[in-house]
Amino acid sequence: MDILETLRTLIADSGFAGFFVEEGYKNLIMILISFLLLYLGIVKKFEPLLLVGIAFGCLLVNVSNFFSGGVSSPDALYHPELWDAFLDHDSEFYHSYGNIMANGGLLDILYIGVKSGLYPSLIFLGVGAMTDFGPLLANPKSLLLGAAAQMGVFLAFFGAVCLGFTGEESASIGIIGGADGPTAIFLTTRLAPHLLGPIAIAAYSYMALIPMIQPPLMKLLTTEKERQVVMEQNRTVSKTEKIIFPIVVAVFVILLLPSTAPLIGCLMLGNLWKECGVTERLSDTVQNALMNIVTVFLGISVGATTVASRFLSLETLKIVCLGLIAFCFSTVGGLLVGKLMYKLSGGKINPLIGSAGVSAVPMAARVSQIEGQKANPKNFLLMHAMGPNVAGVIGSAIAAGFLLAVFK
Amino acid sequence: MNITDAGITAIFGYMVVFAGLLILMIVISVMGAYFKSKEKTTVKSVEPVQKKPSPNKIPKLKKVNKPVARGSAGHVKLYDVSDKEAAMIMAIVADTMQKPINELHFISIREVK
Repeated sequence: MDILETLRTLIADSGFAGFFVEEGYKNLIMILISFLLLYLGIVKKFEPLLLVGIAFGCLLVNVSNFFSGGVSSPDALYHPELWDAFLDHDSEFYHSYGNIMANGGLLDILYIGVKSGLYPSLIFLGVGAMTDFGPLLANPKSLLLGAAAQMGVFLAFFGAVCLGFTGEESASIGIIGGADGPTAIFLTTRLAPHLLGPIAIAAYSYMALIPMIQPPLMKLLTTEKERQVVMEQNRTVSKTEKIIFPIVVAVFVILLLPSTAPLIGCLMLGNLWKECGVTERLSDTVQNALMNIVTVFLGISVGATTVASRFLSLETLKIVCLGLIAFCFSTVGGLLVGKLMYKLSGGKINPLIGSAGVSAVPMAARVSQIEGQKANPKNFLLMHAMGPNVAGVIGSAIAAGFLLAVFK
Repeated sequence: MNITDAGITAIFGYMVVFAGLLILMIVISVMGAYFKSKEKTTVKSVEPVQKKPSPNKIPKLKKVNKPVARGSAGHVKLYDVSDKEAAMIMAIVADTMQKPINELHFISIREVK
């Protein structure tokens, strides 16, 4: 055995040597970015359940994969070229999961759940089981606030087209404004899978930053008098209404936009399990065990898409900027319709609940509550804001369904 | 996709979201109105039964104007405490004790000055 030769081979094969080959330095930058994301998730608690997984997936993929001539390292955990072949109509491996299973790494196999839309739908199952639609049923007008707060989705879509993105890419970028991570992942994997990494990271980062993004806009667009409005207590919603609601929404929304079936169907099934009172075990499982398992797989496999050679580009920077614009305009849309409702109701509706229409349950509703209480310590807006908040989930799913119907 | 098409798609998409949720709002409002009217008729038919309580409880019911919720152990006496503050205190106590609020019986809440 030639020890020196073996040592030389080991050094040449190591990731450390990879930093000095072709664009290997980009991997180093991505590793630093993953450290930053880990810091934000662990120390700053920015959506830690997902961001820690995404950051670690980012770290794993960039320490294990150094490209040479456009081909992944043999021991890579994620192989983007396999997924390129999977999406290439002319390739013999077009839509071949068998090729991925046979030649992919661990993260390739986990990523199948993202690509097939399985994880986002299962997350929606859990979200449905955790959501109380009572505030929305008590005040159906909340749905209009949820609709208004999708303004950022379509403005960012338009902005992305102006910046040179294709229609599919623009739709995926726009949906960041829906402030709904699973919806953004679902739509992006269908329309622009190559942008999944930056879009998912932008969506979850901005969702975590809602307490910083929204309050200045809320103060800018509302007067002190408007923010002080104390809303009347909502009526009590009967159990029967809560049971019928998911069935009605599933039937109605899916008939309207069949492409929303995976998301709305799972959301409403989860909610029906929660409300019907005879499936407590299932409701408990999807809220806790299943939700946690899917979160593990989703986070790490989304992180895996942040391959240095593709992530570090001008496009990513544009996506981050457009995502912020989408978030801001979604907040503005909700607030403007909130103000309109304030006028039409003769000052009975506090416009601050409009900003909660951006989905991001329940953080956006909490921001409305905090800002309302700052203006008037006797103000309790949380339950009023939960209505637009859960309406935003349905609204963003409809927006995604529309974009999917147009571009698929 | 050109900018004009993108603009039209954006406006149309926003309108579709609004229309979808507007129709859903109407459906839910109709559903809510039906259940509210049903609730009122149920309350009316239940009222005569409530007017015939057991002799032991008559004095307590006479003192209180507000109706008592189903399964409730009666009204909590509040001294210098608003309804909202009382609700918060009860929720905090239930959370601290890790017990469902409907399993606790609050007799009175008094502000300590």
